[in-house]
Amino acid sequence: MSDLLDYPIPSDRAIEPPPEWEELRQQCPVAKVRLASGGEATLLTRYDDVRAMLTDGRFGRVIPAGGTGVGSQDDGGTFSNDPTGVMADEEQHQAWRRLVNATFTAKRVQALAPGITARAEQLIDDMLAAGGPADLVPALAFPLPVWVICELLGVPEDQRERFPYWSDTALSTTRYTQEEISAARQEFGAYMAALVEAKRAQPGDDLISELIALVDRNDPRLTAQTVIGTSMALLVAGHETTASHIAKMMALFLGDRSRWERLVADPSLVRSAVEESLRFDPNAGFGMVRWVDEDVEIAGETVPAGTTVVCSLAAANRDEGTFEGAAEMDLGRRPNPHLSFGAGAYSCLGQSLARTELQIVLAALVRKVPSLELAVDVESVPRKEGLLVAGFDELPVKWGE
Amino acid sequence: MKINVDRDACCGAGQCVLLAPDVFDQDEEGIVVLLDERPAADQDFAVQEAVSMCPTGVIWVDQNA
Repeated sequence: MSDLLDYPIPSDRAIEPPPEWEELRQQCPVAKVRLASGGEATLLTRYDDVRAMLTDGRFGRVIPAGGTGVGSQDDGGTFSNDPTGVMADEEQHQAWRRLVNATFTAKRVQALAPGITARAEQLIDDMLAAGGPADLVPALAFPLPVWVICELLGVPEDQRERFPYWSDTALSTTRYTQEEISAARQEFGAYMAALVEAKRAQPGDDLISELIALVDRNDPRLTAQTVIGTSMALLVAGHETTASHIAKMMALFLGDRSRWERLVADPSLVRSAVEESLRFDPNAGFGMVRWVDEDVEIAGETVPAGTTVVCSLAAANRDEGTFEGAAEMDLGRRPNPHLSFGAGAYSCLGQSLARTELQIVLAALVRKVPSLELAVDVESVPRKEGLLVAGFDELPVKWGE
Repeated sequence: MKINVDRDACCGAGQCVLLAPDVFDQDEEGIVVLLDERPAADQDFAVQEAVSMCPTGVIWVDQNA
């Protein structure tokens, strides 16, 4: 590999990983790549290297001026924007995280499960009543996670229609122009600021009200601006990834009928099947970025101080050294230490919630619509283009009457 | 077999609580709380799963202790 590899690696397959991943893991685990922004970075693809980098407390996720920045054309602004304003400082981040964690503990999330299940069943009933074929994205994959995060944050039901657009623009790589992205971000920020003020005047039983109460008690961990940024970040992170994964997960399970039949025959596999769909997802996004500010040895090579490192979670998830039969989907795989939620201090804050939502959706579909099947060939399903969370714009399904 | 946790490095993902709720819990900041440092043998598999899936690697088992 003498020429610099472009990253992300272009792939035209909907549910297969690019063949370069295996070559890189085998022959070039510490690879120089060129990002869409034009800068050079170092790409890690082996499980052990990716995990070691993400859990290394020395290296943060904010790239200083002068380093290879990761721009919105690379990752949709996930790293170049930090609406919370806490990511640059390790201690500040940890304090912020422990505050917001309270809403996302496993037990608080499990307490939401009955409500999420009822909502999922209602959406499925509506889809069945309207008759097939149906598009699973607007029928279920999208509205369920939006409902969940809006309930948690306390966003009124009649104010949610702009969210899909704000969220798509927030995660846009090439789909929208910079002007459109900036205008949407401003509109979204103004909406959130107004909502936070409304919650301050009239608090409810929700996360925004809890956070704003802390600000008003002069809690040093938070400012009003942090509350607005946190709410924006949670709203986008809380639904786009989950919505997109529901569609990708169902495409994986229905795209190979034997997988779906195994789930219908043994619904106790739902939990491990969800984890395996997360491990198997070849379109898991850009990856996680770290700024290496002192020399570090990775896979026998010295990565010099001043390097932007990109960790490919999806490539690491296919590492045969960690996952036996990594190229095969095994719905009963346990344990399954995949890295789809990241690892280390910045790993996904909402992973218990995401896992719970995915398990509920899959279990409800298995229980209520065992005859579910794709209405088109899986490779012909139109994919989202130019968005960080590459998924499906639609997922046509049908079922037996 | 004795379970150890490093609460200082815990990120509060809650994966251990979902996998082995009789052994692990979270405090109000999401940080791991060890409910049972020497659980019965029927918890072995769930504990091993929690160890391998912990995103910060802050749970470990001392087999000889």
